[in-house]
Amino acid sequence: MSGPGPGEGRTAERLRGLARGRVFWPVVTLALLLAYNLATNPHFFSVTIRDGHLYGSLIDILNRASPLMIIVMGLTLVIATHGIDISVGAVVAISGAVAATLIGGQLVMSGGMQDVTRYPLPLVVIAALAVSLLFGMWNGMLVSLVGMQPIIATLILLVAGRGVAQLITSGQIITIYYSPFYFIGNGFVAGIPFSLYIVAAVFAVVALLARRTALGLFIEAVGLNPVAARFTGVRARSITFWVYAVCGLCSGIAGLIVSSNVKSADGNNAGLLFELDAILAVVLGGTSLSGGRFTLTGSLLGALVIQTLTTTIYAAGVPPEVTLVVKALVVFVVSILQSDPVRRRIAALGRAEEAAP
Amino acid sequence: MATEATARAAPAAARRPPRLDPRLAPLAITVALLVLMFGAGSLAFDGFFSLQVFLNLFIDNAFLVITAIGMTFVILSGGIDLSVGSVIALTTMVSAALVEHHGWSPAVVIPLVLLMGAGLGWIQGLIIQRFEVQPFIVTLAGMFLARGLCYLISINSIAITNPFYTAVASLRLPLPFDTSITLNVIVALAMAGVAVYLAHYTRFGRTVYAIGGNEQSALLMGLPVGRTKILIYTFSGFCSALAGVVFTFYMLSGYGLHAQGLEMDAIAAVVVGGTLLTGGSGYVAGTVLGVLITGTIQTLIMFQGSLSSWWTKIVIGLLLLVFCLLQRAFERGSRRRAGAGGGQGQPRSAPPAAQGAPRARVGA
Repeated sequence: MSGPGPGEGRTAERLRGLARGRVFWPVVTLALLLAYNLATNPHFFSVTIRDGHLYGSLIDILNRASPLMIIVMGLTLVIATHGIDISVGAVVAISGAVAATLIGGQLVMSGGMQDVTRYPLPLVVIAALAVSLLFGMWNGMLVSLVGMQPIIATLILLVAGRGVAQLITSGQIITIYYSPFYFIGNGFVAGIPFSLYIVAAVFAVVALLARRTALGLFIEAVGLNPVAARFTGVRARSITFWVYAVCGLCSGIAGLIVSSNVKSADGNNAGLLFELDAILAVVLGGTSLSGGRFTLTGSLLGALVIQTLTTTIYAAGVPPEVTLVVKALVVFVVSILQSDPVRRRIAALGRAEEAAP
Repeated sequence: MATEATARAAPAAARRPPRLDPRLAPLAITVALLVLMFGAGSLAFDGFFSLQVFLNLFIDNAFLVITAIGMTFVILSGGIDLSVGSVIALTTMVSAALVEHHGWSPAVVIPLVLLMGAGLGWIQGLIIQRFEVQPFIVTLAGMFLARGLCYLISINSIAITNPFYTAVASLRLPLPFDTSITLNVIVALAMAGVAVYLAHYTRFGRTVYAIGGNEQSALLMGLPVGRTKILIYTFSGFCSALAGVVFTFYMLSGYGLHAQGLEMDAIAAVVVGGTLLTGGSGYVAGTVLGVLITGTIQTLIMFQGSLSSWWTKIVIGLLLLVFCLLQRAFERGSRRRAGAGGGQGQPRSAPPAAQGAPRARVGA
């Protein structure tokens, strides 16, 4: 830095670039929420080690946010193609139902051992994920091949999927007594919750595919203009199809974590209202609902913002039912802020400001 | 090849002059399906074929008729309203809380909840129109907002013991042949009458069809697109609230979990009734028939006895799916026909554009 003048200019420019960056707003929101928590609870950031595991509010938030973080990665891709998937909650329920049914709901006590499962764990996991993938492919087929509006295609699964989950569990809440299965949602590896490793793995795979190959570009192209994408040689149909399939798979993984966390499968309530949280996380993260550019990191941060918000509301002693109202209002506000008329107005303001000096 | 086909089709059409209006074709399929399903039920189960079973379809689905009527206008305009089920729940909850916990008179509560429903619809319409946000995202948020407000009032079910509500609930209006209907049915049918009038005999109705046909053209024609769009969602909100009042009479309780997944039932009824999901074509009468079909499915599953009630959701989902597929095939067919009559080559590229291009972007 030679002089104060250009250095300052560069810093301001860098700041402005940061503010324009997609990840800026979710980071600010998250920081504000964490700051509020720290102000009300000085021990909020303290992380202790108990039995070799990390404990603390932050770890708790990360752990609880993991199903959402996984779903959000699939949903971000779907939304980037100008689609939507509101069936994620139903697929979470189906995945849990498949896993719980394959493990079986009986408590078998044989010499103090309770680790009884009807099928080996890897098979259970693979079956649950395969079923979720199939339902994702089903959505993808309806949207890409049949050409149905995504909202209708996934609405069918949103409502009928709960019926399917009920059918799998014969309408009962199946309790899982097979302790190795608990590890998925409650286990620790090297002091860190196992579910976070799953999040990291899914993120690594999706991010690698989307950012280190041309796939991400193709997805954005499909979202911006499917016809133009097709004319440039992007196979828009198969990309749309696989994006929904991946979203189904992600929901399935989340379903395993959820059912392992609560040690049961409930067709009615597992993953209930997840679709709102997931859409909210993606939108908060800076991916526009009108498709095109997407950011996986932003969506992850969005998921963390939502879990922090939920935890904050619980901690503040406000009735938990309020969260739903708050989240719905946030969706309203964010979608209005992202809307074209508001953006045009902000852009016009910015131009006026630049023109003024 | 296409010209050959039309040439062959032309004399066939000339030989049979009184042909069905193609716009009525989906309605004809709906009527045929209803007759077929009711007939199958009558053959399979004793006591199915009776006037009372048929009337019960109306009694048990009066709220769905009203909701689906509001949804018809929304879908006709090319939009979607996912908030209907939760607005019903909110209406039952507010009614129950005000009547039971605060001792308000039903004469005040009912107009108030109707106003509330219309107000919620108005706000959603305003956001959709002013800020050009896609209808599904606004109404999805509205859906969660209304459910959240329900839980804010109470997470438990509130039973209604108010004499007015119980009196209306048990009121039976006798009809010939030892049958009867409830007041709800009258309300639903009256609403259907009003809706038919609105759709076909008012400027509002014509504008709704025009917006659904092509929003840009409607704007260029100087139609009040913005105002009408807001009105459509206000009307849908009002219908949901009225359905909520009717539902309160039917269930005699307020509960945040009431009418869950009803948005799909309503959309299914509209689509099965022959209204195109892409907007611009459909009939209110078809929607009433659509509700009767979903109602018949429920009755069939009830009569069957051994099937669990989740099958209703799955079957209605599949029915919605089948009709959506039919609509796609129908649209492709009509586009091909239009293409054969028009220029060459051009329609080849049109279908993917129409499929992929989001409708909500028209105004952008």
